[in-house]
Amino acid sequence: MKKYTKTHEWVEVSGKNATVGISEHAQDELGDIVYVELPELGKEVKSGEVLCSVESVKSASDIYAPVSGKVVEVNKVLEDTPETINKSAESDGWIAKIEISDLKEVDKLLDKTAYNEFLKEEK
Amino acid sequence: MGLKRTPLYDEHKRLGAKLVEFGGWEMPVQYSSIIEEHKAVRENAGLFDVSHMGEILVEGKDALKFVDYIITNSASKLKNGQICYTPMCYKNGTIVDDLLAYRFSDVRILLVVNASNTEKDYKWINEQSKGFRVSVSNESSKYAQLALQGPKAEEILAKISGVNLSEIGFYYFTTGRINGIDCIVSRTGYTGEDGFELYFKSESAVVMWRRILDIGRSYDIKPCGLGARDTLRFEACYMLYGNDIDDTTTPLEAGLKWAVDFDKPDFNGKEVLVEQKEKGLKRRLRGLEISRGIARHGYKIFVGDNEVGYVTSGAKSPTTGRFLSLGYVNKEYSKRGTEVEIEIHGKRVPAKVVKTPFYRGSVKSGK
Repeated sequence: MKKYTKTHEWVEVSGKNATVGISEHAQDELGDIVYVELPELGKEVKSGEVLCSVESVKSASDIYAPVSGKVVEVNKVLEDTPETINKSAESDGWIAKIEISDLKEVDKLLDKTAYNEFLKEEK
Repeated sequence: MGLKRTPLYDEHKRLGAKLVEFGGWEMPVQYSSIIEEHKAVRENAGLFDVSHMGEILVEGKDALKFVDYIITNSASKLKNGQICYTPMCYKNGTIVDDLLAYRFSDVRILLVVNASNTEKDYKWINEQSKGFRVSVSNESSKYAQLALQGPKAEEILAKISGVNLSEIGFYYFTTGRINGIDCIVSRTGYTGEDGFELYFKSESAVVMWRRILDIGRSYDIKPCGLGARDTLRFEACYMLYGNDIDDTTTPLEAGLKWAVDFDKPDFNGKEVLVEQKEKGLKRRLRGLEISRGIARHGYKIFVGDNEVGYVTSGAKSPTTGRFLSLGYVNKEYSKRGTEVEIEIHGKRVPAKVVKTPFYRGSVKSGK
């Protein structure tokens, strides 16, 4: 099941790995994405820290790690076709996979309903 | 203070534009996608609401003499009905604003200035006008301004034009009716493509906007926002005030020597600019190509341990796909092909000095 952060990332947990990307709402807000600076493989991140950055035509946006752990895979497709995020933010446009160091952190994230509520409040 | 809105605000909302603050105005940044809008202008046509631009009218016996004193380019060398692009400098040679001067006659010149600088410019021009027989008025709120840009612009506009557009040369203008509305029509723009800018009374903005989009539909015209306006002007290497030029840079450093007329007896900044010309420049605005990544305004440029300049604008060029920037680089590193590094998000990325402009479109002249 997908979970979300208040900084508009999504996570899908499978076993001890979390696939991470930015939400459909975030890609729509950013507009055309022209460059993704992927995280380095093996990078250790803490939840809430900068994982990598995504650049739209107008601006650079930091992407925060939703969970702590080690980057074990990155989506190389985004190197040449960053617009995959615009087309499919919550599926083909995933950014990285993190080997989760503390599964309990996942429970603190928002489920889809709570995230949608949060988006309404933010407006 | 609330944001100002153009007479087309409701049209932008209706078309689903994303609105942003720009220079005190609430303006459309994009309607569909910046890249799609950018392509529409390069391949077909795009329509921009640029009603936020400022219009300052200089009239009187000394109009020519006065305008030539405040700008670096020459209004005296223009014919009536001709336009020049020009920086307007402070006494120290740095730039107050860059603008277009429309010469109606030797006693009437219209200055079209950047939206965010209109108040500052008006104040500055007024102060400078002491001792000249001129009256200076800020006409900005009277005019709506549209820019129709792209290789198909002329064909589209011809369908509703009461003036013969083919007779308007690059950087010339005329007055007449378009869609039955009295206009100033100039062959000018900020995209690197052929096209026109129309100035007319604000009340007619909605009618004109809708009509051009309507006729343009069969030419795949798109309404375009400030996002595409910026990427288009960037590829053509047209200056953006506040990014590439400002009150810390001079026209010569920015490569605008072609818009400085040193033959004029006196003008604001002349002394400093002559000295810069004679002694040589310490830095130059240059095109930079980066291997990967986007270097934006303010990012630092290095050679080894030395900081040798800073980026003023940057983008992944939508037309060429290249990662490009403009930036000031110290003279000794400004030669084409010179390898430098740009710090992007804390990491040094290799870049090299490349030729400008990055792209030449259908525009009738290179400058």
